[in-house]
Amino acid sequence: MKLIVNGKEVETARDLSLEELLKQYLESGKLDGIAVAVNGEVVPKGSWSERTLQVDDRLEIIRAVQGG
Amino acid sequence: MDVLKIADRTFKSRLIMGSSRYPDPQTLLDSLEAGGTELITVAIRRVNLEDPEEESPLNLIDRKKYQILPNTAGCYTAKEAVLTAHLAREALGTHWIKLEVIGDEETLFPDVPELLKAAEELIHQGFVVLPYSNDDPITCRKLADMGCAAVMPLGAPIGSGMGIRNPYNLMIIRDLIDVPLIVDAGVGTASDAAVAMELGADGVLLNTAVAQAKHPVEMARAMRLAIEAGRLAFRAGRIPRRLYATASSPLEGLIGTDPND
Repeated sequence: MKLIVNGKEVETARDLSLEELLKQYLESGKLDGIAVAVNGEVVPKGSWSERTLQVDDRLEIIRAVQGG
Repeated sequence: MDVLKIADRTFKSRLIMGSSRYPDPQTLLDSLEAGGTELITVAIRRVNLEDPEEESPLNLIDRKKYQILPNTAGCYTAKEAVLTAHLAREALGTHWIKLEVIGDEETLFPDVPELLKAAEELIHQGFVVLPYSNDDPITCRKLADMGCAAVMPLGAPIGSGMGIRNPYNLMIIRDLIDVPLIVDAGVGTASDAAVAMELGADGVLLNTAVAQAKHPVEMARAMRLAIEAGRLAFRAGRIPRRLYATASSPLEGLIGTDPND
């Protein structure tokens, strides 16, 4: 199914959980300090495994960077 | 001791430092140390999913030593800023936020209606809001009255190094608000930071002035001293400005004078 992840269209398997998607990009150990919003709403880390992604979901996967 | 109180926290340092635009990570760390800051701002951006391994210098910052203050830099609407604040809270585990809602790419001045809207919403949602503001006393008073933990008027445009463009407005803002007043943006060199403190600011937030100085670590030290000096001068109570001279040496006992002249 089609998702928009950080502004880019990607194709993924259906019935993917948010946690599974994140692990496709990031190693399990590197999930600290990351936050995710789906369709404009933050999904807390504790809910990542329960949240099933739907077609056309827009994801923002963010972290802190240097800033003023 | 003369400490800075913001919300439920106390800081010995009145210098808040940004973490960006440094030539390299070690200079960033050394500058933070030299500045003596306890509160550091960071931004919130998309993870680079193509290269998630890229090391962030922020991983080197000791969170037991420094409190991290995320900002909403890059947001142009209240909606974007509120979402960014929520993401920041989730990512960093802090409900403190430096709220920026920008109106214009060239000046980076705040979009005041959107800023007020975002501030109100975030306060309602339990955030400790430190808003980057313009130097309009009415805007600053609104932000203070609605419950912001501090108000942070600019000295001059972000990164411009122009110093304190409108000291008179800052004096009025100081009179109008009781919450901590942090001059944020536009500081160029140490005297600018000292002036901000002499005007009664409770603290100064700066980034570019140190990060882009020829010798950032030395400039960080200069800022630390300037802020201490400015604060002491403020508390010491300066003499007023006079148009005409008042002699500082006595007029009696001048040689060559005759009382009969």
